[in-house]
Amino acid sequence: MKIDKGGGDFQKIEINMTPMIDACFQLIIFFMLSLRVFSPEGDFGITMPIASTRPSDISPSSSAVVKIRLAAHPNGNLAGITMGDRKLSSFAQLHNQIREISGLDSGGPAGAGGAEVELDCDYNLKYEYVVDALNAVSGYVANDKQTIIRMIEKIRFGRPRDPPPEENQGAAQEGAKQEAAGEKN
Amino acid sequence: MRLHGKLTYSSSPDLTPLIDCTFQLVVFFLLTLNFSSAEQSELIRLPSSELAKPTEGALEMPITLQILSSGMVLFAGDQMTPDALQGALRRERDAIRNVLGRNIKNATIVIRADRDVATGVVQKIIRMCQDTDFERFVLRAKWERK
Repeated sequence: MKIDKGGGDFQKIEINMTPMIDACFQLIIFFMLSLRVFSPEGDFGITMPIASTRPSDISPSSSAVVKIRLAAHPNGNLAGITMGDRKLSSFAQLHNQIREISGLDSGGPAGAGGAEVELDCDYNLKYEYVVDALNAVSGYVANDKQTIIRMIEKIRFGRPRDPPPEENQGAAQEGAKQEAAGEKN
Repeated sequence: MRLHGKLTYSSSPDLTPLIDCTFQLVVFFLLTLNFSSAEQSELIRLPSSELAKPTEGALEMPITLQILSSGMVLFAGDQMTPDALQGALRRERDAIRNVLGRNIKNATIVIRADRDVATGVVQKIIRMCQDTDFERFVLRAKWERK
């Protein structure tokens, strides 16, 4: 019997790579077309028990309720901020007031006192102002730019207000159009 | 004069680097693919906030309601008026109770509202959800460092 000790002719086996590369490019094109870039999103939790839909059912809470009123111009822009009976000029001022209440500046723990905030907003107020108010009352970012210091975690909406009358809505739309035209110019 | 025959060369380029790069790209796109894009309509311009950091854990039974600046609602891929939403919410509630057999109080309504929509519309929709026995709500905002 002849034993092959090597040194014979080698035959190179070539694998046809073309179909695999084709499939890979197809995959790349699919992924590239379906790629959608989204900015990160986060949540604000709000407390809305079912009973709070009817104002008569709201049971008096043991914690202090801070009532914040956000009034709107007919075009939906913010007209004024009121905390209790006190008128405030900006969300920064509201933030400072809430910070005093929460006792963070006097060394208290985060979210101290279990205070609750009730937002009372005009019907046509633009939603972005509500988020600004939530931003002002719920906390702030610490100096390290990472840690979030929570001030008030219980936030709820007050009783929904009625929409403005039809004639006011027309004026509001007109105002919004003028505002948009002004921004373009 | 003697004429030479035409010379032919067979070339086989090394495809290994090309395949390596291709696989790298495939893996990158696989990892960055966002399957939840159906719940993030590009029609909505969310208000921004630096406190709205992305939550680490997933919400339990999230139900996303997207409110356009016109006041229309996007729910489960359909665009509807707030009044038509009530029926869809009832169907969702019945499905959670009867099909999934879970408690409706554990479901979380995620509200993605456009920054220009009237707050009254958002409140009306929250109230509608409450009337359909939903209790947990979160308001979604775009995280933006200021």
